[in-house]
Amino acid sequence: MPLLENGHHVADRWTALPDAEPVPDDGPVLVSLDRLKAEADTLWTRSAPIGVRLPNDVPVSALVAAVGGALDRLSLIVLSFPAFKDGRAYTQARQLRDTHGYQGSLRATGDVLRDQLYFMARCGIDAVEIDSTDPEGDWQASVTTFGAVYQPASDDRTPISVQRLAALGRKGVAA
Amino acid sequence: MYQYDAHDQALVDQRVSEFRDQVSRRLSGALTEDQFKPLRLMNGLYLQLHAYMLRVAIPYGTLSSHQMRVLAHIARRYDRGYGHFTTRQNIQYNWIKLADAPDILADLAAEQMHAIQTSGNCIRNVTSDPWAGVAADEIEDPRIAAEILRQWSTFHPEFSFLPRKFKIAITGAPTDRAAVKVHDIGLRMHRDERGAVGYEVIVGGGLGRTPIIGKTLRPFLPKEHLLSYLEAIMRVYNTHGRRDNMYKARIKILVEALGIDEFRRQVEAEWEPLRDGALRLPPETYAAITERFAPPLYEQRTGSVATLVRDPETDPALARWVQANVAPHKVPGYGIVNISLKGTGQIPGDATASQMELVAKMADLYSLGEIRVTHEQNLVLPHVRLSDLPALWRTLDAGDLATPNVGLISDIIACPGLDYCSLANARSIPLAQALSERFSDMTRAQAIGPLHINISGCINACAHHHVGHIGVLGVDRKGEELYQITLGGRSDEAAALGRIVGPAVPAHQAIEMIAGFVDTYLAIRHPGELFIDTVERLGTAPFKETLHAAA
Ligand code: SF4
Repeated sequence: MPLLENGHHVADRWTALPDAEPVPDDGPVLVSLDRLKAEADTLWTRSAPIGVRLPNDVPVSALVAAVGGALDRLSLIVLSFPAFKDGRAYTQARQLRDTHGYQGSLRATGDVLRDQLYFMARCGIDAVEIDSTDPEGDWQASVTTFGAVYQPASDDRTPISVQRLAALGRKGVAA
Repeated sequence: MYQYDAHDQALVDQRVSEFRDQVSRRLSGALTEDQFKPLRLMNGLYLQLHAYMLRVAIPYGTLSSHQMRVLAHIARRYDRGYGHFTTRQNIQYNWIKLADAPDILADLAAEQMHAIQTSGNCIRNVTSDPWAGVAADEIEDPRIAAEILRQWSTFHPEFSFLPRKFKIAITGAPTDRAAVKVHDIGLRMHRDERGAVGYEVIVGGGLGRTPIIGKTLRPFLPKEHLLSYLEAIMRVYNTHGRRDNMYKARIKILVEALGIDEFRRQVEAEWEPLRDGALRLPPETYAAITERFAPPLYEQRTGSVATLVRDPETDPALARWVQANVAPHKVPGYGIVNISLKGTGQIPGDATASQMELVAKMADLYSLGEIRVTHEQNLVLPHVRLSDLPALWRTLDAGDLATPNVGLISDIIACPGLDYCSLANARSIPLAQALSERFSDMTRAQAIGPLHINISGCINACAHHHVGHIGVLGVDRKGEELYQITLGGRSDEAAALGRIVGPAVPAHQAIEMIAGFVDTYLAIRHPGELFIDTVERLGTAPFKETLHAAA
């Protein structure tokens, strides 16, 4: 399935490791949360990046505990959208980004449709696996649907309310 | 009233383009119905028994006369010449073609309207007191906070795919005309001991299959924390609300399952990192929105609704209408005129395009161009000079819009029921029409006094039958349409659920039962006692005796 990172179609450099398979010595690997907990000692001694799959019914706090509070030891967290209408991972994304300050990559997988990309991007998701013939076009069309936003979220867009206040301030100074 | 600025306008315009593209992808087959469904639902478009139904948002029930004319135009051009005002202060059109939907949204956008988040599992149109800004008993205009909430919840990236729909209501007055205790979140404005205005936050109320009166989550929330606190509530709900069973997915089920104390603990934990963040509402932001709800320029006048009614010079028919339909305004010399959409034999909440245009014209002439929609499915002209009442009344009367029954027994709330709705067990509309004919004597209706009848066609309770003084629920028993009656429900500040009296019966018997309950009440009430107070004082027992007597 095509992978987009920050809107660009890229090859997936991550090896998604089933739980039964041995961990290779190098190269970025993506493991389950259970495995991360069970094999923490060996996994963290590797020099290559580690990523983890976070199911959407596991609290973000469980992942934070599993990495001893240091989320930035992870380079990738893969979120799951089992169905278009199951929106739990949007909250996980925002908790990871805003509450816990996670800086690595956040990837959406599952039932990902172009019409969700806008919401995902605003929640701090920077990568998606999307079944599409024109993934880059989809990303571009979706994230630019709305020229402005009403609410602060996990991206760097300035909400309309703040823009309005700034405009008032400018007027005030001029007057 | 609130006017869009360039930001608001750009967003609704962009939404129209987005939906036009989605509809064309659907019509070309690029999107399957399964993929298209959540997208059309985000734009208020449902597939009903006979056609598409489009629900248009009327934020907190406030409309300009221009907007009302657009609603009339849509009824005429794209529907069958009428629309249906709903219990959530919106309007629905029942005969819409999919291919027309983008054009309809474009026509709406041109007059600062939309259908955004009127359906789907997102935060729905925030509802409020239809008398907001003019009610004599108000602390502060609740539409300011409602508009702030509208903006915050519009295209909210985190809360557009919730376990289930989410409804917020807000009242700014001690008398609750917004039914805040039966919403997912209810906000009741009040003052703390230092006089500062804030909100009691009530959570987990709702009707439907599992009717529950909401519980107090926080007795007093300062204004500045409104958005951060609500974001914390939504976050807990989005994470833990059930997704395996749509009948158990509302927040009320989660609150019941966790218990209010544990739910509160989780909300507070989520709130802690949010409360002083980007969602904090500085007074300037509040002030900027407040300015856009600045009261209109009223004239210096005198007089009150009460004196007008008592004046022996007043035409008795006019006096009766004023008594029932005109409420006290906060400004002397003005009244709040309620227009009943419950004429005898009429479909509750329906208005024809010509009636909408007439109301728009009356608003321009007599109400500073402003109109409200109530959750009782009536309309309001909020700023009418008392001296204009006779002329206004005559014109409304000529347009069949002066039925003097607001709040009375024939002011029935009814859902579309089996005539339109694919979920219905029974018809609601014909029963409402028959009841309104049974109680068409307005002199008697005024003698009976305030009494709310609510009729839902199934347990989804769109007409809020659990909180009707007399509630009627349509049930299906082996293909027969029957009606189950409850007594003693109310949705105001003393909100309570009605109790079942008697077995479910066919429509003609339901009408006789209700007529019998009214006779019983008239026989046993204390002088001046309202129907609901008699039921509260004596319980349902004396009414059950009516049933035995009839059997
Ligand atoms: S109460 Fe039932 S029948 Fe009535 S509109 Fe709602 S879902 Fe349809």
